[in-house]
Amino acid sequence: MADLLAERVAAPPAPRHMADAMPDSPSPPVTPWAISLDRLTRRFARGNTLALDDVSVSVREGEVFGIVGRSGAGKSTLIRCVNLLERPDAGRVTVLGQDLLALDDAGLRAARRGIGMVFQHFNLHSRRTVAENVAFPLEVAGLPAAERRARVAEILPLVGLEGKRDAYPAQLSGGQKQRVGIARALASRPRILLCDEATSALDPETTREILALIRDLRAKLDLTVLLITHEMAVVKAICDRVAVMEAGRVIEHGPVFSVFTRPEHPTTRSFVAEVIGHGVPASTLARLPAPRPGERRRLAQVVFTGPNSTRAVVSEASRDFGLDINIVSGRVDDIAGEPFGVMALAAYGPDGAIDAAFGWMRDLGLTVTEIAP
Amino acid sequence: MSWLAPALQDLLVEALWDTALMVGASAAIAVIIGLPIALLLHATAPGGLAPNAWLNRPLGLVVNATRSTPFIILMVAIVPFTRLVAGTSIGTGAAIVPLALAATAFLARLFENALREVDPGVIEAARAMGATRMQIVAKVLVPEALPGLVAATTVALVSLVGFSAMAGAVGGGGLGDLGIRFGYQRFMPEVMATVVVILIVFVQALQSLGDWLVRRLSHR
Repeated sequence: MADLLAERVAAPPAPRHMADAMPDSPSPPVTPWAISLDRLTRRFARGNTLALDDVSVSVREGEVFGIVGRSGAGKSTLIRCVNLLERPDAGRVTVLGQDLLALDDAGLRAARRGIGMVFQHFNLHSRRTVAENVAFPLEVAGLPAAERRARVAEILPLVGLEGKRDAYPAQLSGGQKQRVGIARALASRPRILLCDEATSALDPETTREILALIRDLRAKLDLTVLLITHEMAVVKAICDRVAVMEAGRVIEHGPVFSVFTRPEHPTTRSFVAEVIGHGVPASTLARLPAPRPGERRRLAQVVFTGPNSTRAVVSEASRDFGLDINIVSGRVDDIAGEPFGVMALAAYGPDGAIDAAFGWMRDLGLTVTEIAP
Repeated sequence: MSWLAPALQDLLVEALWDTALMVGASAAIAVIIGLPIALLLHATAPGGLAPNAWLNRPLGLVVNATRSTPFIILMVAIVPFTRLVAGTSIGTGAAIVPLALAATAFLARLFENALREVDPGVIEAARAMGATRMQIVAKVLVPEALPGLVAATTVALVSLVGFSAMAGAVGGGGLGDLGIRFGYQRFMPEVMATVVVILIVFVQALQSLGDWLVRRLSHR
């Protein structure tokens, strides 16, 4: 239940995890939901595992929503519920206002044509050329050959494959295969694109290219994108909002920037640490000077966000609180278009002065987390 | 073939023709009947396009029972059926009936395996694109499995050449029969050797043709 309520208030600027404060009748969202998964439960007979345990996720029209989790977290089952490749045991699946579980076979097939899907292993027909692969959904929909050809000619340049139309998948690189997968998914002009670990089989460079392509196509074609991944870097690169899944439940979700800068759940923290680093390595700690007699040495990770992210916080703190501050590590990054800095520092001085300095930093809106020395 | 008497040479040509006819006709029948059976087995299997244990298990049982019956026994066991279909139980035409039956069961299993080799991801992608089950069979399953289906047919053709040697038991003629009657029973090793060499060349040609076709069809 908590997931459901929390999701309903996920629309910005509402804060995350307000489940307790939410009334039962939420006001309608400003932007309509493109995808609304409501209290989905799915139990697999084999091993009697609960792949989805009362999961609710809603995706707004036009956004890129990421679901991140380790393997076995249930994210794959969840995304497959959006086009009912997997049928939930309980819950409601609404896509573009249509209740999919209420549709008959023909209705579901029609709905599926409005939802493009891209797969981790591309799932291309080995005996069809690039053009024939891209034309497949149009063939299935019963479009005449001339229209199919016209649409294929239109879409191949969008994914940068105009020169490969007569190649077979075996002649393409992984990145090119995924471009074919994307072109095929978008051939029937869907408004929704599902990406099932679309970059997990690709190298980092190709991953960047494919993510840039998806971002680009989202803007050009007014797509809503739901993607699942086990890589936080993918979320950071492309998503507007993110949900973190573990053991069949959504454990945390919200705008990517706030999840990155203020992760609450330990699992989320470890995901975030993959991208922004894990504090201070032990070898570096060992080399730090020891505190002078009567002084303390305390380490802290400071996350800079918002208007104070560019302020000379370290020199101000050093001067005003009479501390020696050693910057152990630091980096500036850009998450969802917002500047974001993370720094590990060692403060030397009396306990009281360090407390006061950290308090002052917190008042400025920085996140200060002390690291065990 | 001057080492064989002209009469024997004529017999040899006739036998080659009988073998080709028996193998060709029974293989054609086996492909036509075996493919739908294989599709049915594949579709009704657990996790298939239309899982149905009530259809899958009995069908699988019949296929297995046919396959496990030794061909020489199958041939005499179904004589009433052969008479019904071919009008007689003796001769080349009559031999085609049990050959086709054995080959159908054999091919149905081989075809089913070839269908199972199709990447389930491609089928899932087709489902996600709103394809009907018939479209999935016609546009994904069979085309993607085609190289495997051709390879299976090649295997069946080669096996049929071997089975057809037993057709002599019902007066079916053919190379195997000639080898037994002349080479073995009349102590004419030159006939036996010729028959064996022709069979080797025959099988080799079938295999090469099949391999070439598979290479042409697959784009992996």
